[in-house]
Amino acid sequence: MTIQFNDETFRDDYSFYNSERAIKRFPFPFHEDSYMYSVNMEQHRGGPMDSVYEKRFDVDEHYVAEMKDRAMVLADDPLRCQSLPHMTLAGWDLLELIMVSKSEDYPDLFELHRDGNKWRWVNKPLGIDDTFTFLDDTTLPYGPMEYITRQAQGDFCVLDQRDDNLWMDAGMVTTQADWSLDFDIGMNFFEWHAPVPLAHEKGIFVRALKFLLNIQQGAPARRLNWTMTVNPLLDTSPENYHKWGIQKTTLTPENIGTKQHLRVELQTFFRLPRSNALVFPIRCYLCSFQDLMTAPKWGRRLHRVIRDLPVELATYKGFIDNRPMMLDYLSQFDDGLPTSPGIWPDLDTEPSLQK
Amino acid sequence: MSGAEKIAVIVTDIVPLNDLVTRFEFKPIDGGLLPTFSGGAHTVVEMQDGDITRLNPYSLMSDPMDQTAYAISVRRDDEGRGGSLFMHRNVKVGDKMTISYPVNLFSLDLRAKKHLFLAGGIGITPFLAQIKQLERLGGNWELHYACRSESLGSYVDELTSHHPNETHIYYDDQDQKIDLLNLLDGQPLGTHVYVCGPKGMINWVRQTAEGEGWPREAIHYEEFLAPQPGKPFEVKLAVSNKVIQVGENESLLEAIEREGVDAPYLCRGGACGQCETRVIDYTGNFIHRDHWLEDDEHASGEKIMPCVSRFEGKTLVLDR
Repeated sequence: MTIQFNDETFRDDYSFYNSERAIKRFPFPFHEDSYMYSVNMEQHRGGPMDSVYEKRFDVDEHYVAEMKDRAMVLADDPLRCQSLPHMTLAGWDLLELIMVSKSEDYPDLFELHRDGNKWRWVNKPLGIDDTFTFLDDTTLPYGPMEYITRQAQGDFCVLDQRDDNLWMDAGMVTTQADWSLDFDIGMNFFEWHAPVPLAHEKGIFVRALKFLLNIQQGAPARRLNWTMTVNPLLDTSPENYHKWGIQKTTLTPENIGTKQHLRVELQTFFRLPRSNALVFPIRCYLCSFQDLMTAPKWGRRLHRVIRDLPVELATYKGFIDNRPMMLDYLSQFDDGLPTSPGIWPDLDTEPSLQK
Repeated sequence: MSGAEKIAVIVTDIVPLNDLVTRFEFKPIDGGLLPTFSGGAHTVVEMQDGDITRLNPYSLMSDPMDQTAYAISVRRDDEGRGGSLFMHRNVKVGDKMTISYPVNLFSLDLRAKKHLFLAGGIGITPFLAQIKQLERLGGNWELHYACRSESLGSYVDELTSHHPNETHIYYDDQDQKIDLLNLLDGQPLGTHVYVCGPKGMINWVRQTAEGEGWPREAIHYEEFLAPQPGKPFEVKLAVSNKVIQVGENESLLEAIEREGVDAPYLCRGGACGQCETRVIDYTGNFIHRDHWLEDDEHASGEKIMPCVSRFEGKTLVLDR
């Protein structure tokens, strides 16, 4: 399979777009017509062919543009990438995991040649061909975590495990849904989740932590999370809220279909072998309302989910003010017909819109 | 399926070290590479002992970066239920066995400025892997290792010849004892202490270090309990709707598995918490042996760790 990489931007003129293929494989996060928090974990061991679940680290048409956007964010704000001193070994673990996975899963795009600790890494889409010594930091232009995550889509939190807790001790975070690595660095699992409403009362985080602490080598896990973003922005960080927050007020009934995006995070979890740390990649997928409505099932369901979402969650996810306008738009695509269970669009079996 | 991922291996070497301890080496059957691991990790070894499937955890003691082979050292326990005896008597070079992926419940705290290792007897094994890891990374460590006698001092020669400055050996039969108070007192700030050995030694080190004001987070210990034999008892498994008998020489967890009920587990030694099971009803007394549940949880009668704990009485109903 050869991927045609888009020439596109996630800022200024927002020329980002999804091809028909990208829309079909978009990870729609709602498996039923309503939404509430749950520890919705499953094993991360492949999935349907060409779905975002198929490979360990999904590479898609946005790869090259996303890496350019990351480089721009880092040039403006180097603190988006931090690694406390004891996390360097985990950085090497992550470098190995990504290089081995990508070279095995996309041999036409990535190559890894290993001769003992002498490694050669070829990244064709980004035009990189580097030789270095594994576990020797001086042989790479950046630390190992920064080096490899400048070449991998999605944010990466590298969590140290100790005292029966997880600690946000390293990360590369430039495509986040309004949280800050620089603020959270060094915090434990309960501290960095403190702002989330409702979930603490439901005991979600105690159970989630227990699950994560027990993720073992060779048995990665995954889940989906979601929010809403106006304009296809990757960098919706608190640091830049003054730039993007105001854009939420530019939504109109005329432009909402193209401007309003459903933002879905494919979150995966891998135990890292040498450091016993846990890596938590958070891969962001964006899809405009207009493109989502091409799947009749998604149109019906998104309307029902957004309509019935508790006020606390709509507020926390930052779209409470725009919810009435969203519902006006989405209701046009909900004819009241039942939807099939599961997240897949079921294009062959779902009836077309009956309006 | 419960437990960590499995690896099919072949026994490639068996080396008796002394009267009690034998080392076993495993290589993958498919000729490929094994996963790297972190020092302190263990593997669960599956033993097919007649009709009984035994699953015993052993610390990996080989170099964590060596992906060609794993090694474990097994101390023969003549009073135990038979897992170590099976390894010593029945396992031969060339045998095919199944082991689990590495699981680490005794990880190094990589923030430590110095790692102070205290080992008793067979408790030396996790430290052997941690020492190899730290040597590669340039870490600062020191080992104090208490053995019963020179003849039972597994790996003493290797340690003292490779690391004469870092290794300190104590023989019980020569009345040599770790001077713990002085040892702890002399450590630089940022030192973490790790202890692995008999229960009495672990308690001694934890209590002494805590008494000297060491932070709880800087004291690490690992003790795998072997399940102890006990009187047979009957259990009702409410979810699977089965009544099962737990025999004298099997654990509650093993009896559940024998009946084909899939129950979660990792360490099988009362340490990891994975097999925690809710008690729905009981009349009788629990024999709690794990160190996962807190004292008040033991007293509550609401939870049991079936890997090492037992029951004596009339009725026990579990949420499994």
